[in-house]
Amino acid sequence: MAALDALTVNIRRGEFVALLGPSGCGKSTALNCIAGLLALSSGSIWLDEVRIDALPPEKRGFGMVFQNYALFPHMSVRKNVGFGLRMRGISAADSDRRVTQALRMVQLTGHEEKLPGQLSGGQQQRVAIARAIVVEPPLVLMDEPLSNLDARLRLEMRAEIRRIHRSLGRATIYVTHDQEEALSMADRIVVMREGRVRQIGTPPEIYSEPADLEVARFMGYRNELAAIVGHVAGSEVLLNGGLCGRAMAPLAVGALARAAIRPEDLSLGDGPLAGRVENVEYGGRDSLVDVVLPDGTRLHVRASSSARLGDEVRVGFAPQRLLVYPA
Amino acid sequence: MRDRTVLLAAPAALLTAALFIYPFAYGLLLSFEPQKGDWLANYAQFFSSDRLWPTIGITLKLALPATLINVGLALPIAYRMRFPSRSQKWLTTVLVVPITLGTVLIAEGMLTYFGPRGWLAQLLQLLHLYGGPIRLTHNYWGVLISLVISGFPFAFLLILSYVTGIDPVLARAAATLGAGAWSQFRHIYFPLLLPGLAMCFCLAFVQAFSVFPSAVLVGAPAGPTRVISIAAYEAAFELYDYSLASAVAMIMGFVQLAIVALVLGARRLVYRGPVTGGKG
Repeated sequence: MAALDALTVNIRRGEFVALLGPSGCGKSTALNCIAGLLALSSGSIWLDEVRIDALPPEKRGFGMVFQNYALFPHMSVRKNVGFGLRMRGISAADSDRRVTQALRMVQLTGHEEKLPGQLSGGQQQRVAIARAIVVEPPLVLMDEPLSNLDARLRLEMRAEIRRIHRSLGRATIYVTHDQEEALSMADRIVVMREGRVRQIGTPPEIYSEPADLEVARFMGYRNELAAIVGHVAGSEVLLNGGLCGRAMAPLAVGALARAAIRPEDLSLGDGPLAGRVENVEYGGRDSLVDVVLPDGTRLHVRASSSARLGDEVRVGFAPQRLLVYPA
Repeated sequence: MRDRTVLLAAPAALLTAALFIYPFAYGLLLSFEPQKGDWLANYAQFFSSDRLWPTIGITLKLALPATLINVGLALPIAYRMRFPSRSQKWLTTVLVVPITLGTVLIAEGMLTYFGPRGWLAQLLQLLHLYGGPIRLTHNYWGVLISLVISGFPFAFLLILSYVTGIDPVLARAAATLGAGAWSQFRHIYFPLLLPGLAMCFCLAFVQAFSVFPSAVLVGAPAGPTRVISIAAYEAAFELYDYSLASAVAMIMGFVQLAIVALVLGARRLVYRGPVTGGKG
């Protein structure tokens, strides 16, 4: 089986594209193919009018940020960042000026002479970013650059990477398995699974209109109901059992379907579903309440009202938020 | 109360003392008790005798080139084989063999292969490539070849372990920044390997400097390959002058120490530290 198949994406100048998918979906493989670190067995990669898939990585001129940073441990921060310029034969004076500028952009001025081992994880990541962008590549590749950072730093660096991206205006391909990261950073998201593209769209499209049930699951539609299609009118669908939803694909009356909805789109109080509270996880502003329906289906509800274990409750939702896919 | 776990190191410390420190101290003291003359007479004799002091130069002339050849040859080969592969496994297995064989067997093999009527001479004559006499044994070259055969696998395996310990992602990162194959070696691998190469050089040198069996068996122990260990052996077991032999051994140790200190001192000038590029 191919690690990567049917991936066709056009990336515009200045665009921030996220490759999103669970581990093993081929997103890092795709990135390494673009960088030239892995050879394509078939297909092609083009940069403007030039076909580049046969070029070795050093001839492609893309900037890449690696998951474990891959900083050269024996070189100072200045030398790390200047490495790409040195390889391009750029004069020392010119290189110095550009390195200083890049370090200012990632806010590392004053750390020029340190070795990578003397920096914190967040600082190392900034060096890696500076090293990738200082050569002014037409395309910046980032392979899960934030996965080694702690939660707070991750949020900070997210904003930082967006800011750097905006001020440089370079196309960026960003690989991640974190939906939130992709949604918050990207102009466009490519959702991948098992080496294939499942959906390409803007963050709001991916978030509210997942192309299929698997994408929906991956994007946080944790609740699923099995039902039979009763009536279809345009995008509205009436399921046997009285639930109203939104058809995400052509549905045949009488066919089996699966309806998906997010915990935050469900509410406790009034609604067509009834069940018993089996678990409550307190989460500060709201709680995650597990409601088990009479047929045994477990619903996760993000509820702002309080619920107690064992309560009989009703669960409601807005019909356009219940996405119905063919089973 | 003081930490008593330190006592756990006592047996090892005692063993070291018994096996190394005591003989060393004994030899050192013995070297200052010559059979005749004052306490420095052995050293005076060594440096004034034409039979003794040139052995330092002779040994260095064998050990330094052999070490340089071994390390210099092992580095490119180990570097080429840095990714796990069938050939890496195969070659490592083949190269372990000379290490286990020992120098005497190697010398015996060399006499068969490289001797005046050896297989190499016969082959060259058979192919009409070279008909003249081949003198690769019982001289300087014989010992040098023997030192390379026995020392190369050691240097190769040591360097291979250093090379494979360097995170290959670093070279990939360098490649994306525009570094071709040579630049990746020159700027990434080589500087990170230097401390290991220095260590390998020291170990290989010490091994080569104490050459004895091959200097006798495939060398010319009366002249060109009369190495320092032969001088020590003669003093001890032909002249029965243990005191002089001790002095020769001390001088031998001092030369080794001087070269090792020089190389390890130079090692302080280069980067030594982790060879990965960030958090794992």
